[in-house]
Amino acid sequence: MSKPVKRPLPMLTDQNRFFWTSGTDGKLRFLRCSECQNYIHPPAPVCDKCLSMEQEVVAVSGRATLAAVTVNHQMWIPTIEPPYVVGIVEIEEQDSVRLTTNIVKCDEEDLAIGMALEVEFEECEDVFLPMFRPAGAAAGKQAGEH
Amino acid sequence: MEKFEYSSAVTGFGMSDVGRRLMRDPMALTVDASLAAIADAGLTRDDIDGVCTYPGMVPGAGGFSGAGAHDLIDVLRLKPNWHNSGLEQAGQLGSIVAAMMAVATGLCRHVLCFRTVWEATYVQLQRTGQIRYSGGGGRLSGGMEWRIPYGAASASNWIAMYCSRYMHEYGLTKEQLGQIAVNGRKNAALTPYAVYKDPMTMEDYLSARIVSTPLGLFDCDVPCDASVAFVISHKDTAKDSRRGRGVGFESVGTANTERVSWDQGDLRYLTGIDGAANMLWSRTDLRQKDIDMVQLYDGFSFNALCWLEKLGFCGVGEAGAFLEGGHRIARDGELPLNTNGGQLSAGRLHGYGFLHEACVQLLGEAGERQVPNNPQTAIASSGGGVPGSALLLTAP
Repeated sequence: MSKPVKRPLPMLTDQNRFFWTSGTDGKLRFLRCSECQNYIHPPAPVCDKCLSMEQEVVAVSGRATLAAVTVNHQMWIPTIEPPYVVGIVEIEEQDSVRLTTNIVKCDEEDLAIGMALEVEFEECEDVFLPMFRPAGAAAGKQAGEH
Repeated sequence: MEKFEYSSAVTGFGMSDVGRRLMRDPMALTVDASLAAIADAGLTRDDIDGVCTYPGMVPGAGGFSGAGAHDLIDVLRLKPNWHNSGLEQAGQLGSIVAAMMAVATGLCRHVLCFRTVWEATYVQLQRTGQIRYSGGGGRLSGGMEWRIPYGAASASNWIAMYCSRYMHEYGLTKEQLGQIAVNGRKNAALTPYAVYKDPMTMEDYLSARIVSTPLGLFDCDVPCDASVAFVISHKDTAKDSRRGRGVGFESVGTANTERVSWDQGDLRYLTGIDGAANMLWSRTDLRQKDIDMVQLYDGFSFNALCWLEKLGFCGVGEAGAFLEGGHRIARDGELPLNTNGGQLSAGRLHGYGFLHEACVQLLGEAGERQVPNNPQTAIASSGGGVPGSALLLTAP
């Protein structure tokens, strides 16, 4: 393990706890409508497609596509040292479901919109932050190591 | 029924000192701008029967929230029939639309609108320990929980990602985008209150330090201290004001047709612009060719690009070509853009600066930086990334 980064973390609630602790078993999970199978994110009590309020938490593949990306060079949070890569990823199961996240284990020059990614988790206190690495990148390799 | 936009006009406007670290109380700035606007309209404070502002007093918002409606009402002992403030509305200029509606419905005759920022001074007071940061340490909630844990703590990060996607889709170059910043700086040289007036070349722009790729320092606006105020009056009373009819409203755009989100919608364009732009044109017979200048929100250069394109001044994906060389958007070009320097160079007057500049220009009071040929129409906009709004304004 690399030394843990101290990050501002989400307040866990009955609505979001499933998401932020999902990585406990290495899987990414979202809410899905039980009626029409539409994924709902961020968590909301009603399906935006069919307005059903019946929903379930389901695990997804963890595969995603990079939809937008930036390399941040300015320090905003004293404990998170730049540069680091922030991206918006679309999950494989439904491309309208996006996460803003960090892209890890990828050299800056290799970042490309459309690239295939897969999830990994960074454990911070009681939260497992989903982050994404290039598909096929070794899970054990740390950011910055080549 | 006549559309509501024709019920009111801008009869007065005022601006406090604008600058970095003025070390003045934000209420003092607000009073300066408000009294200037009231006097500019030829009115007294007893005439003011409405007050409206963005965002109002927001606890914990630091230099972003300079003075609330209640604060100003009390300080000036105003007696409004109606008042309003809020962060959640169609951009900063949504507060102007709210004032227009209050006038059109007969609640008010003269609404005082203001926007005050003191971001530069606030940061200085924090640095020197005179304001102790009271937040921090707690857990994140609301929309912030989805971005801040990843260090995506600044709008520059969020907007940079949209810009990256637009560049990927349409081949926009950094140099094309940079025309917005370089044009702004050129215009700011003639704006007495502008924060940054030193000349800036394209080379300076391109070599500035990177904040969040592809955005560099000069793609980001400059936080400052300032207050800007307007008096929005009923047209029947406007004739009593110093300027007679004042600056008119032809149409407004306040529609929000997208998810209110920094990552769940169309990633090519900042959200909150498309609906407002379409609504603006749906409420007027004027068209792009009839517009003499645009004052478009440029909290980041990319905001202004999105407004240009969504307002239809160029085709889909063609903003880069439109901006190429910077001639079209120059003060003497076919579509002068941000003639006071915009927020990138004049300072983050936070939306109200665009309406102020449109009024100054439409009244022919811009002095050295006056747009030539007696301009009759202008669009001022605010927002992007968050729900925005646009106003189509007409000369008296």
